[in-house]
Amino acid sequence: MATHEPTRADNSRSRVRVELGERSYDIRFYHDEPDALACDLAPYCPERALIVSNPTIWNLHGEALASALTRAGVDFIVELIGDGEEFKTLAHDLALRGFPVIVLERGDIASGTSGRTHGLLHSGSRYCVTDGEAAVECIQENIILRRIAAQCIEFNEGFFVALDEEDLNYAPQFVEGCRAAGIPVHPLTPQQALSVEPNLNPNLLAAYRVPDGAFDPLRLALSFAATAKRNGAVFLTYHEVKGLILRAGGVAGVIALNRHRGQEVRLEADLVVNATGAWAGIIAAMANIHVPVVPTPGVMVAYNRRLINRVVNRLNTPGDGDILIPQRRMVVIGTTSFETPDIDYIPVDENQVEEMWRKAVELVPAVANAEQRGAYMSARPLIGSGEAGRSLSRTFKSYAHRQNDGVSGFITITGGKATTCRLMAEKAADMVCEQLGISAVCRTAELPLDSYRTYYQSMDGDAIE
Amino acid sequence: MNNIRWTIDMEISRQRQGEERHFEVFRLEVDPNEYVLDAIERVWAFHDRSLTFRHACHHSTCGACAMLVNGVEKLTCITPIRTVTADGGKIRVEPLRNFPVLSDLVVDMSSLYSNMEKTNFSQVAPLDQSYLPYEEKPEADEVERLVDCIECGMCISACPGAATSASYLGPAVLAAAHHVYLETGASCLLDLVDSKDGVWRCHSAYECSEVCPSNVDPAWRIMDLRKRIIHQRVSSWFTRKERA
Repeated sequence: MATHEPTRADNSRSRVRVELGERSYDIRFYHDEPDALACDLAPYCPERALIVSNPTIWNLHGEALASALTRAGVDFIVELIGDGEEFKTLAHDLALRGFPVIVLERGDIASGTSGRTHGLLHSGSRYCVTDGEAAVECIQENIILRRIAAQCIEFNEGFFVALDEEDLNYAPQFVEGCRAAGIPVHPLTPQQALSVEPNLNPNLLAAYRVPDGAFDPLRLALSFAATAKRNGAVFLTYHEVKGLILRAGGVAGVIALNRHRGQEVRLEADLVVNATGAWAGIIAAMANIHVPVVPTPGVMVAYNRRLINRVVNRLNTPGDGDILIPQRRMVVIGTTSFETPDIDYIPVDENQVEEMWRKAVELVPAVANAEQRGAYMSARPLIGSGEAGRSLSRTFKSYAHRQNDGVSGFITITGGKATTCRLMAEKAADMVCEQLGISAVCRTAELPLDSYRTYYQSMDGDAIE
Repeated sequence: MNNIRWTIDMEISRQRQGEERHFEVFRLEVDPNEYVLDAIERVWAFHDRSLTFRHACHHSTCGACAMLVNGVEKLTCITPIRTVTADGGKIRVEPLRNFPVLSDLVVDMSSLYSNMEKTNFSQVAPLDQSYLPYEEKPEADEVERLVDCIECGMCISACPGAATSASYLGPAVLAAAHHVYLETGASCLLDLVDSKDGVWRCHSAYECSEVCPSNVDPAWRIMDLRKRIIHQRVSSWFTRKERA
């Protein structure tokens, strides 16, 4: 198989990757020498070559290459892959693009923020008035995740319900925001909403239906990790990064502690990606770089009855306790928003738990008859710009530290939401390619993920007993 | 808001790879309404950063934080401290039984996940069951459904049969096979479980159903599988086989 794409560093030449068995070869050629390339390729293509390109590149160079290959007697077919629109996700993307990847996790998979999310597959409508960019990202990724990660998602819908006049006044801008972001939104009368969700507050004044859903946070992370593993990524869980290997003005690897054994390991790398969410600022500081991430925790409370089948949102600007989600035999209310200096241990504040209960009872009064099953806290990694947490964007940002800070071999991606994890990975992987001068196409939007259970099928098996 | 504080001792099983297992005690001041997992996390955060333990969702949807608490399998994220000790008391925390220990409280769950995969059981509700039944009131006898299984491994830890054979499929896997068999009638599932490391390893202790945090009843499902296997065998005696 040959992959024909130009290098980013030098647009006067192209790189052709030739994969033969387990090995691959990169052949670079100048655009005015396609015949020489074709002659070089011919001995390696005894039967038929598969040329993978994206439409843009193929339109630029495909005709010349195809003519030259034909003249050299090389039989070939062309596959064009369309220009499509966190860490397990990034490993999956990079592994698919052919990179050798090592993932380090301080704990087990999803033991940080991604495991403790609310579990809401956002339609984007929560943000459509206040954060249009995040809303568009959410609806696009919502559609993609339904396709590639169906195994982890309950395909519920969501209702936005108005409980007072202020909520009703918000409705026109909400509907307009949804339409602007491309989010399907359907108005319902209170009677229509109550007929399918009988536990809703009976005093609701209006409702809108949107394509929200609920996902299983651990299993979503595992399915990305499982697929990355099958494509060659190596996962070192219980490995805590203790420092970065700094060399010649750049990052050349990491120093980590194998927590199972209490032993330090050094891992050299061409590029280190800091995809540590709320901890991104801490890791970046190891290279004396400031990343403006603001860890913004919120509390979530689970109750022991499944009182709704659809996500229920308060029809108003994003606020505390405005989303109630059905999960398994529970409903989960969330969340709050505050800042904390220590994100390794964030105690669950009992006042916030009580506040969540009040908010949940407003949306679904039957919560008053349920029992609390769990209460938990996790820190969102919001991109800081000196504003309060609620007003910070839910979008994400990647930082190429070579350009921004003069530190090579190191990039950071942070911000975002679980719903947009795949898109974040795509952008980060694009940046990896750019930094390494390699061009490879993202395929994660098209390929369904492996079963999450297969993550465990190739454990290293270094158990004690 | 109550301001009750208890002082408790967390007695935690410690074991690095290549070293002997031992217990360490950490004294904590806690709110008795907090969960055992909160206390474990606080030991890690403020007393000993080398402590390893599995956790993810913190509200019983993922199954990662199952451990032995005072000798009994518990999902630590939903086990309030007040239910397992008293002020001045102790909580002994150990890794699950019948799984290989990776370190401290972390066990290798690969056998469970691999065997669950063989049953082709969909652990997240499929589209047509996405709108699961409402549960308005607590019922004395809750509806049992396997889709609530969170693959926590507690049933295998509690199973005396699992202690006798490392290759025993275990209650969760047998229950999954039962569920999928009822759905599909695929006889290969009976073949999967009809062996000494399948349904016949079960000693009918019913501990699996006792400890399940999700109201799943693997014991009943195993008994029903046995019945169906015997029925199939007996039926085969009276069924003329087609000649090739």
